[in-house]
Parts: sequence; structure tokens; C-alpha cells
Amino acid sequence: MNGAEYIIQFLEKKGVDLVFGYPGGAVLALYDALGRSSIKHILTRHEQGAIHGADGYARVTGKTGVCFATSGPGATNLITGIANAYLDSAPILVITGQVGVDSIGRDSFQEADIVGITMPIVKHNYLVKSLYDLPAVLEEAWNVAQRGRPGPVLIDVPKNVFAGVADFPEAVFTPPNRKIPLKNSLEKQIERAVAALREAQKPLILAGGGVVASGAEDLLAEFRKHTKIPVVNTLMGKGAVPEELGGSLGMVGMHGKPAANLALSGCDVLLALGVRFSDRVTGNPQNFLPATCIIHVDIDPAELSKNVHTEIPVVSDVQKFLTLLLSRLKEEGFKPRYGPWLAQVDAWVKQYPLHFETGDLLKPQQIINEVAKQVTGAPVVVTDVGQHQMFVAQFFPVQGKRNFITSGGLGTMGFGLPAAMGAAFGRPGEQVVLFTGDGGFQMTVQELAVMAQYQLPVKAFIINNSCLGMVRQWQELFFKEHYAHSLFSCGPDFVKLAEAYGVKGLRLAQPAELAGTIREALQHSGPVVVDCLVDQGENVLPIIPPGGQPNEMLGRWRGEAHVSRIS
Amino acid sequence: MRHTLAVLVENRPGVLSHVAGLFARRGYNIESLVVGETEDKTVSRITLVVEGDERVIEQVSKQLNKQIEVIKVNDITNEQTVDRQMLLVKVTADQAARQEILQLMEIFRCRVVDIGRRSLIIEATGDEGKIEAVIQSLRPFGIKELVRTGKVSMVRGSK
Ligand SMILES: Cc1ncc(C[n+]2csc(CCOP(=O)(O)OP(=O)(O)O)c2C)c(N)n1
Repeated sequence: MNGAEYIIQFLEKKGVDLVFGYPGGAVLALYDALGRSSIKHILTRHEQGAIHGADGYARVTGKTGVCFATSGPGATNLITGIANAYLDSAPILVITGQVGVDSIGRDSFQEADIVGITMPIVKHNYLVKSLYDLPAVLEEAWNVAQRGRPGPVLIDVPKNVFAGVADFPEAVFTPPNRKIPLKNSLEKQIERAVAALREAQKPLILAGGGVVASGAEDLLAEFRKHTKIPVVNTLMGKGAVPEELGGSLGMVGMHGKPAANLALSGCDVLLALGVRFSDRVTGNPQNFLPATCIIHVDIDPAELSKNVHTEIPVVSDVQKFLTLLLSRLKEEGFKPRYGPWLAQVDAWVKQYPLHFETGDLLKPQQIINEVAKQVTGAPVVVTDVGQHQMFVAQFFPVQGKRNFITSGGLGTMGFGLPAAMGAAFGRPGEQVVLFTGDGGFQMTVQELAVMAQYQLPVKAFIINNSCLGMVRQWQELFFKEHYAHSLFSCGPDFVKLAEAYGVKGLRLAQPAELAGTIREALQHSGPVVVDCLVDQGENVLPIIPPGGQPNEMLGRWRGEAHVSRIS
Repeated sequence: MRHTLAVLVENRPGVLSHVAGLFARRGYNIESLVVGETEDKTVSRITLVVEGDERVIEQVSKQLNKQIEVIKVNDITNEQTVDRQMLLVKVTADQAARQEILQLMEIFRCRVVDIGRRSLIIEATGDEGKIEAVIQSLRPFGIKELVRTGKVSMVRGSK
């Protein structure tokens, strides 16, 4: 057996049935073995599509996504996607080809030090210089990608290691038996959390991506039923708590919902579950909720006290923590005693609904609302990056589990389409709805070919404002309306572009066509691209200016012409 | 404040770049870094001197602990330790100065490891204070070249 065959056999044994990738000289042996295996390979049209595809697949399934690329340019084309997966903690195993061991370091043809390049953006990486290291490296890499806080792991395999023949030793992974000193035991921290909640007058739960990663959605629902504590979510936590009435108050942060941000700035005990207190949530971390007792639960000890100081740091998986906390609270006969706070929160929800105006031109929010209204069941909702992403976060009530896929940490334009493709492969038979911008869509548009090839049920809505909307908005608000290089003076005909790839294309240009066109798109069984022409001047509101506190939102509260501070 | 961290790592290729790279990308300042094998050939020890307040050092240790090859991180700043650095210095030494230098080095218990026609190479080991003193005392003669290692430390007693 050669190294390549061993790798493929290893993946088969781990239950991998799908790999995204792109071949080339250094991985020919790997592809040769892959081509003779039971594993399905998706040939994307760019390596960035492959890595985002694996990422989307991983996020909707909770399984590890696998991605192959060749040495040099193949590997470097993955970088954005690896960084994206790293910041959003998506488990991905990346296998790149490398020039032969004897050619390393000589600036050989298609040589790039991908291990060196990706070091800051992977959970771990390896250069396998000896054939005999393959079993142990693969086993460890597979485990590292999934265990604890998930993340991307890269294995760089020289050409001769793929080709080399050996009797491979059995490898077993023994989890490192390391005692990382915890200052406080979990039991002790749970007791402190119980004590804090017992005293709380205005408690709040902040649900982050960690809730999704640990599969704690149901448990959190039970916890809420028992404690009645209101919930807000981060962008990555969207979908962790259903967003229907009585569910999450919505997203907090820069473009968060007013009631959610007001609750955040008003709470006295914050139970933060699997969040990393990104600057998009905290503003200036030094002034973040100075009077609030923060219970911060994360599986990654390095997240605790990284950005904000927390009174009760807890190193734990969210699910385990909630199980223990809930049973302790039940034991205590915990009764919610914060009626006035719940009334206050309700009042905020009623007083500050999200507001937008309709008119002759279509608004992005109208499209998102209409899709949400018409779509049946609980679709996977995917976004790209920009204004439309924030509108979706605000307006689309996501249901079900692992159903909201977005580039949160890196904010990668071009993520949407390939991630939607990966999501469709991960959840066959389910509806996938993609919202993207006319900017981001053009960054990875080539993956329409894969959509057409496999007739993936992805409904792509391009919120086409003929500009880089989010950039335009910041220029309007913070650079005196100086629109430097953010307005497109020329764009493709997206309907024809879709059709050129063999994908159904539709155009939605008038408010009157809204319901009909969206119905037509959703009823089509295969992939669809809907070019939605919207008002270029629409802004995402409210907005907390960079560095501001959660209650310093600017918005139009009653339809005024100018934005003002919430009062 | 300066902290000394003793980091045990698996002795594998790439370990040092993983650790050093971590410092670069998270913006921590390394003052010195020494790495070498330990009594166990599969384990290396990295002795790091890092500048930072408590918060920074806590983050540094946590981030180090996340590295796959890191076995243990010990902050030995406040421990009773034996600290050593090593210094090699080439100093101008004509016939007239030579005696005086040799006497000085006697006091510091340094060794002369090479004698040239117009220079000497002197080797010194000791804690930072001693190394600094040796350098100061040689400076008037004219230092032609100087290299020193970072600090290695060991906690005293049976710990
Ligand atoms: C790869 C990449 N380049 C640049 C940016 C900076 N950026 C953030 S949002 C944005 C505008 C996105 O425009 P579009 O895709 O049309 O979406 P819209 O904001 O109009 O909804 C830009 C350029 C980014 N996030 N990612």
C-alpha cells in the first residue's frame, strides 16, 4: 500500500464519504487512490470554493469537513478559507500536496511553505517528512480537528510520501494526559454561578457559537423554560435559540436588535455561553458592562478573560455546564424572581421594533422577510458578508439546528456561495437559502458550475445594490458621503450569468413582483439565482459606532429622516 | 514585569516555530528564548523570558497550553531558582592590558578560552547580574565582539 492509499483508507475508516478538492501535480497519487475509493469528490472550480465548501459542510453536519489541494498555488488558494474556519471554529482536515522531500527548500516548481504560511490560522499543522509518520499524524490530526474547540488542521504531504510503499503500523490516538491547572474546579464555579443567579434581579443569557458547537440547543431551551431568563445571541449563536416570539431577543452588537442590546447593557448577571466577546459585540472592551457580573463559559480556557474581565470564568463544554447548573438549580427549587425585568424586556421589544421604510424601490429587508414567510420547513440559511448579512441576522427567524451559516469572525466575502454548496451536500434533500451581495457573489461565482452539475437545491438571492453596500454605508456615515471606489459602474447580468452556468436565473426588480418571483424561485427544485435589484441607499440600522457601548445605538426609531441616539 | 516561563514541549520538528510564531501573532514580547533537550530525549524545555502584566502572562500561558506539542507551562518567576546565562566576549588585549584582564577574570571566575595576538576570548556563565558586571568591567578595554545566550532556569529544591 502506498501513502496515498493509506490516507484514503484512513478517511474511509473514519466515515468520510465526501471530499472537496482540486487536483494538481503534487497530489496525483492521492487522486489516483481517491478515484478508486468509495469516497465522493466534489471538484470545485477554485480551491477557495473547496475549503469554504468543506467549511459549510462541517457547520451544517457537525462532522469534520475534508479538503484536498495541490502544492504551491493550490495550497495558497486555501488560505482565506482556512483562516475563516479557524476564526469560526469549524473542524476541517486539509490535506495539501508538497514537492518531494528532496526538493523542499530549493524553491522548486510549485513549492510553497504552506505549513509556515498557515501556522497562525490553524489549530495545528504537520509536514509529513517520513512515510512511517503518516498513521500517527493522521490519527492525531483527525482528533485535534474535532476535540475541544474545533478548528482546521492541515497536513502537508510531500509527493514521495504519497507514492512511497510501506507496511503501515497501526496508530492509536491517546489523548494527551495533561493537567492544565484550573484555578477553580467546575463544581466550585457552578456554585458561584448558582449564587449569582440566586441574587440576580436582571439576568440575561448570551448564546454564542459554542452552544451550537456543543449541541446544547435543546438543553438551553429546557434551561430557559425552567429559569425564564431572557436570551440574546451573537451572530454565531443565531439559531441556537429559536427566534419566534418568546425566544431569543435577537442578535446583539454593532447591528444588533435594539431590545437585545438594551437588555445586554441593562442586565446585572450575564450568563455568556460559548462566546468570545468579539469587538463587534463589546465595542471598547475596557468599558464593557462594568457593573455586570459575567459568568463566562467556554471550552477553550484561553477565551476566558481574553477580551473582557469576567467574575466567574468557567472552563467547560456548554452542554455539560448547563446540565450541571440546571440540576443544581432544580435541587435548590430555583424560582425566577425577576418579573419587573421581564416586563422591561418585553417593553423594549414592543417599543423598538426593527424599522424600515418601503417605497418604489425594493428594500433588502422586504426580500428577506418575504423569503422567510414563504419558505416551508426549516431551511439552512447561508449568507455572504456585508449589509445583507446583517439584514439576514436581523430579519430572518432561523429555525432548527445548525441552520445558520455565516462568516462571523473573518467576515469573508465570497464565503456564501461555496458554503451554501457545502451545506447542500451536507444535508441532502433539504432546502438551502443563500443571501449574498453583488460584490461577494462575484468573488466565488464559479461554484455555480457545481450547483448546476449536482442540481443542488440552493436558492441564491443576490441583494443587488450595485455597490459594496457595507462600505458605502460607512462612507456615508463616517467619511462624509465620500463614496470612494465602492459603487459599481458596471456589473454582469446575473440572470444571464446563472443561465450560462446552466442555473435558473430570475430577476426581481419591482415590489409588485416580490411574492411571485420568490414563489417561483422557491418552487424550482434545482439551483436558482435571483437577482434582486434593491435600493442602493439603504443602511443597516441600528448601528453602534465602533468602540461604542451596547446602548449607544444610532437609528431611526420612528421613521425620522436622520439617525439619532436611542433614548 | 518580566516573567520566566519554563515550557516543556514534545521534541518534534516544528515545535519551536509553533511556539515562537504564537508570540509574534498575538503580539507578545519575548525577551529571550532558550531551547534544549531535557533528561527525557523526547521532551525539550523552552525557557522564555516574557514582558507583560498578569493579564498578558495569563493569556500567554493559556495560548501556550493550547499548542498541541506543549506538555506543561510553568511560570517560575516567583520561585527560588538557579538562573544561568552564558557569555562569550572578544576583548582587545595588547600585552599591557592582558595581565589586568586576566586578573579581573580571575575575580569573576571566568575562563579565557582563546588567546589571539591582540585579543582574548572570555567565557562567563552566571546570572544576569554577573554577566552584566563582566561586560561592564571589560568595556574599558574595548569589546570587539559579544554573544550571550538567553537565560536557563531551574527551580531549587525537590519540586
Ligand atoms: C474578501 C473581503 N474583501 C473585502 C471585505 C470588506 N467588505 C466588507 S463588506 C463589503 C461590501 C460587500 O458588498 P456586497 O457583497 O455587495 O454586499 P452588501 O454589503 O452590498 O450587502 C466589503 C468590501 C471583506 N469583508 N472581505
